[in-house]
Parts: sequence; structure tokens; C-alpha cells
Amino acid sequence: MLPTDPTKKISFTRCIKEGDLVIVYERHDCMKAVKVCQNSAFQNRFGAFKHSDWIGKPFGSMVFSNKGGFVYLLAPTPELWTLVLSHRTQILYIADISFVIMYLELVPGCLVLESGTGSGSLTTSLARAVAPTGHVYTFDFHEQRAASAREDFERTGVSSFVTVGVRDIQGQGFPDEFSGLADSIFLDLPQPWLAIPSAKKMLKQDGILCSFSPCIEQVQRSCESLRLNFTDIRTFEILLRTYEIRQWRADCGQGTGGGSAGSIRHKRKQHLIEGSGEKENPNNSTVMARPNGEARGHTGYLTFARLKCLS
Amino acid sequence: MSQNNVQLDPIRNAQVTWEGCSVLLDINDGDRLVFARLTSGSTLKIGNKNCSLQPLIGCPFGSLFQVDNGKEGPNLSRVIPSPEDDVQEKEDAQISGEFRDNRAIVDDNKAQCLSGEDIDEMRRQGATGEEIVEALIANSATFEKKTSFSQEKYKLKKQKKYAPKVLLRRPFARSICEAYFKKNPARIGFLRVDTLSLLLSMGNVAANSDVLVVDMAGGLLTGAVAERLGGTGYVCNTCIGDSPYPMDIVRIFNFSNEICKSIVRASVSDVTSQSETSEQSDQLESACNMEIQSNEQKSSSVSMEDISLSSENGVSDLILEANHSPVNKISKSHKVGEKASQETLKLWKENGFSSMIVVAPELDPWSFVKDLLPLLSYSAPFAIYHQYLQPLATCMHSLQVRKMAIGLQISEPWLREYQVLPSRTHPCMQMSGCGGYILSGTRTATNASSQQ
Repeated sequence: MLPTDPTKKISFTRCIKEGDLVIVYERHDCMKAVKVCQNSAFQNRFGAFKHSDWIGKPFGSMVFSNKGGFVYLLAPTPELWTLVLSHRTQILYIADISFVIMYLELVPGCLVLESGTGSGSLTTSLARAVAPTGHVYTFDFHEQRAASAREDFERTGVSSFVTVGVRDIQGQGFPDEFSGLADSIFLDLPQPWLAIPSAKKMLKQDGILCSFSPCIEQVQRSCESLRLNFTDIRTFEILLRTYEIRQWRADCGQGTGGGSAGSIRHKRKQHLIEGSGEKENPNNSTVMARPNGEARGHTGYLTFARLKCLS
Repeated sequence: MSQNNVQLDPIRNAQVTWEGCSVLLDINDGDRLVFARLTSGSTLKIGNKNCSLQPLIGCPFGSLFQVDNGKEGPNLSRVIPSPEDDVQEKEDAQISGEFRDNRAIVDDNKAQCLSGEDIDEMRRQGATGEEIVEALIANSATFEKKTSFSQEKYKLKKQKKYAPKVLLRRPFARSICEAYFKKNPARIGFLRVDTLSLLLSMGNVAANSDVLVVDMAGGLLTGAVAERLGGTGYVCNTCIGDSPYPMDIVRIFNFSNEICKSIVRASVSDVTSQSETSEQSDQLESACNMEIQSNEQKSSSVSMEDISLSSENGVSDLILEANHSPVNKISKSHKVGEKASQETLKLWKENGFSSMIVVAPELDPWSFVKDLLPLLSYSAPFAIYHQYLQPLATCMHSLQVRKMAIGLQISEPWLREYQVLPSRTHPCMQMSGCGGYILSGTRTATNASSQQ
């Protein structure tokens, strides 16, 4: 997944090979991760797709089924992986992930400690941020989930930058071998204040900690515990609002009136298909945008803090 | 520190300041943010006094300093905070807080008995900031009537004025973006820190990538991408038209030589044309070099840039005193934004760019994205930022209709900060209303001419 391996990096010349992980894209909200295998086939509502048809084509290609339906084959990225991975636990999404990486000041070469691993959604992005010279040590107290995470990291090709440990960080803290070595620490635990004293020992001078908690009571308790040894304590909430667009053709009499939501969607599809072959006439059509009706209300609070400089 | 089997990368920034390095000074816990270059001659104005920044050289990032009223005038001295004291005070305060309210307090500005002259006299006699604050509290008629929360707030306010603290911070994409967004957002195209972080993720920025950027944010985007590349791969700063965009902000990042080399410039015609048109590229090269030189000259005459918030006495942007010795330092500092070599251009033409990030709030995106997108490798992600929704909507539609990209999405990030204090937890009163919009997607391998 990461461009650190020059043979795997995407390019005009790089084609899909046996053993590659591809993201099969049906629609923006319907994607699946598939491992390419010479004799396999991928089935969906559009028909059957032979993997052998995929081999030799570049990533980003449109491929067809036996019934004439099509999908796109995309190269995996941590963003796409977050959308297709199997949820063993609730995961973090791109808005929180991108903000965490920015605020933890992660760059190639950093050493990051994480607990809990969960489904590995954030872990994959952490690996991208610190590769090829840094490393992510991630811990989960659930043995099976840790094993599934290890498998996923192998599948996505980030396993050389991630080490998964089975450990109860709330109860035991982080392993002593990391004392004073961590550039950043990320906590997604039910009682993060129990892990904060250990985090303090692990962090390098001026190192940064982040704690993700869904409930405000957890945040309050964490902040109290942070005030002893940390400074620059800040808590945020981040959400993404998405927009949908529609082409409005004034001459076809498609006004604001009537129609159920279903028929409007159907008409919109027609507009888009019709538009592909014709020149766009700015007088007759405009593209409009509006926010999506469905929105996420809350994921969790992100609390960041820097280790106080006491020497 | 034990090494174990953990590889510690030398590229990672040093933990201690050095002469000539660029720093971010955080005055009074985020109230005022100042970028500075640490030289023996540089100074910082706090209140109405100038303090030398020399004591800061050689100190670890994260150290705290306070202003001391010495005989020669105010100077900055290092403070080692003791963790336990703060916590104890606040706990005591909470217990007694429940029994008071403000029904008898009248805000007529007559509560304080000490005058400005009294305070100056105390200063002349060598009183520390803390002593002045204690005196103000003792001489306030209404202090005892206040709730404990109100007392805390009062004390904090006086401390900020009479015993200001300066925190030495390492400039990083996050702090540079926040500082500019607070005081001079127009310079960075109103790019908020969460929006910038999304651009970096959606643009799949990682070591060994070749990222194409259109950066009209003064170099902030280029610097942020280069930081995440860590010295490998390239960030190609391209311009639409003939004159390259300024990249001054890149200088604040304290980049090593290796990272500086990964930041290169190329015009759109350079990356799209064949090698025969080297004449054209030579003309552009001289234009680029002139731009870089004039930027160097500009920054050598202004060794510090103060982008402070207005403080209590309404001080706005100041250009602080220049000292000409930094000229030598800057010419030694690594050159950023060299023109991309023919070899590199060839590499990009053969392989394509790994991704593209655009911050061009003054331009219509579709007008140049249609020319830049073919330069990306197949299945490469891209992210386009704009302050306005409409240009992105038309761009998205055009991309959809020509099947040039899939997974297209327009997102608007929403960010809110919280104040978390015992019994006083709530979202902050102030909030940014808009962080702009991002159009993201992935380039397809089918091109417009061979539609299904």
C-alpha cells in the first residue's frame, strides 16, 4: 500500500498482478477489498468478474462482468482501506484520523505508541505517516482482534512498520522498553486516565499525547489527570459535512415542483448521462450543490497534550 | 536513551534550539503567537518593553520563560514549572466556590486601590510579576466577594499582564497554520488546520511519493507536504501561468538540507512538454530564480515577523527590529524551490505523480485541473481546496461527465474546540465559521477520448 516499496508504487507502467490487493469500486458508498488470484472470480449484482481479466491492466481501470456491468479497480490507500475494512470494533474515520496525525506532529522516523488497536483503521494511517524509518507499536487486550489486525496489516503491506502486542494498557501501562522513546502516543480506551501516568514515562521531551473519547465525562477525567504533567491541553470535535451536486436544466421544465425523492434521483441520473455526450451550454444548465441529508452527529472528543518540559 | 531495536531517524528535528533556527513563541498560553529567528541580536516586545531572545538559544523546545524585572531592564529567564502546586490550588478553590454569587458586585472600575504609578514603583524596586499580582489581589475591594472561579479568572488575567510567560515552540505545520489562520488568514487562503490535515490525508502524502501541488497559500501547503515526505520523494510546486507563487512560509519550518532538496518548482509547461522546448523552460527558470532571490533579500531584512493578536493595548502587526547579522545565516540556509531537473521531469512523465493537492482560492479549479489531472498516475488520489462551494461543484460535475475521476466527494470540515475545566466544561465561545471546502477523488485509467 505504501510507496516506500518502489516495485509496488503506482505509476503509468505499474499493472495489476497476481497477489495484489485491489479495491473494487462499484459506487462511492459500495467498495470491497479483493486479493487478485488468477483463477478466482468476483461476484456482485452486476455479474461475475474474472480476475484473469484484471491482471495486466493498470489500476484505475474500468473492468466488465460477463453481463456487461462494470466496476473500477483502485489501488489501496489508507483512506480507501478505512472504508472497506471489516469492523471488529467501532473505527475512526478520515476526519478524526487526519486531524490526529496532524496534531501528533507525525513525520517519517517517528515512534508512535497506540492503544487499543481495534480494527486497525487509524493504525494504517499512522504507519503511512512514520514509514519507512519510523514504527508503530500498537496494543490491544483482545487476543483475537490483535491477530485479525496483524492479518490485515500483512494484507495491506504495512506490517513491516507495525508491531501488534497483546497487552492491557489500562492495567499494566506500556512496556518499559519504550521509556523516553515515544514521539507520540494515541489512546482510544474506556478509561484513558489509568494509562496517562505510563504515557508520561514513555514520551520523549515535548512529546505529544492524544486521547479519543466518545463521552464528555471521560474527557473531563482525562484532562484532570493530564494537568499534572502535561501542558497545552486542548480538546476538539471534528466532523465532515458532505455535499451532493445536481445539474439543473432550465429548458427541460424540471422545476422545483413535485416528484418524490425517488423520482428526483432518477431524473438526476438521466441528466448526468445525457450530459456526457453534449457540449455544456452554460445558459441552459447550472450545477448546484447542497449538503447531504444524512450527517454524522458525533464520533468522539479528541484531547491533545504536550509533555511538560521539567528539566 | 537506550536504542534497542528501534531505529531513530536523524532527520527528525533536533530537540534543542540553535543559533539561527526559527521558533514559535507562545505568549500567555496561546494569546499571542510570534515567529522569530534566534540570533544574539533578536528581541521580542512584551507589553512595552523589548527583551533579548538570546537566553533562548540552546534551550529545549517546550521550555518556559518568564519576564524578570532586572536592573538592566527586563529579560527572559527560564522557568521550571512545579507540577503539583497548580493542581492543589484549584482543588481548594472548587470546594468554596459554591456559596458565592455576583449580586452585590458593581462593575464601576473603582475596586482596585493600586494605581498604575504604584505598580511602576513596585517594578522599579525589583518586585517580581507574581508579587505585583498578589498586591493587586490584596488591594481589590471586590476580590473576596467573587466566586472561586471568578477569582481564578481574575488572577490569571493579572498574571498574563504582569507576569507573562513565553513558551518556546518548534514550528510545525500545525502550529504555523494555526498561527497564520488566527492573525493573517488571507496569506494562507483561509486554510484552517483541520482542512490542511484533510488535504494531506486525502492526498495520500507519504514518504517516497511525488506530490504535485498548486500552492497559493504562501508555501504553507508545500511545507506541510515536504514535512510528511521526510526528505524522500518530491513535492513539485507548480504555478498556473508564468509567475511562480511565493513560498516564504517554507523557511519557517527549519527544514534540513535533505528535505529542502525535495521541494522543487516546475511550471505546467515544464511537466507537460517534451525536452525540445528547453528554451521556454530556461526563460521560466530565470524568472523563478529572480523570485527566489528577491524573497531571500526580503527575509534577510526582516528577521522576525510578528503576527500577534491584539493585546490589551491594541497592538497590531509589528515588524520587529532587524539585525543584519542574520544575512549570513540565511545565505547559509538551504535553498528551497530549486527548479526540477530534466531527470526528475522525465521520471514524472514516465511514472506520473502519486497524487495532487491544490490550494488556489483565487482561481477556478476546472480551468487548470483538466490539464493537471492527466499528469497523475492512474488511480492516484487528488484533493482540491476552495473557499467557495460553487467552483468545486462545477469542477466535480465536469470530472464526472468526462469520467476522468471517480469517488468524487465535496466535503466541508467542521471544527470546534472545548474548554474543559471542573464544573466549567463547554465548547469555546468563539469558533471559526468556515474552513473551506475540499473536492477529493481518484483519477481513473480511462481517458476522455475512450469513453465506454
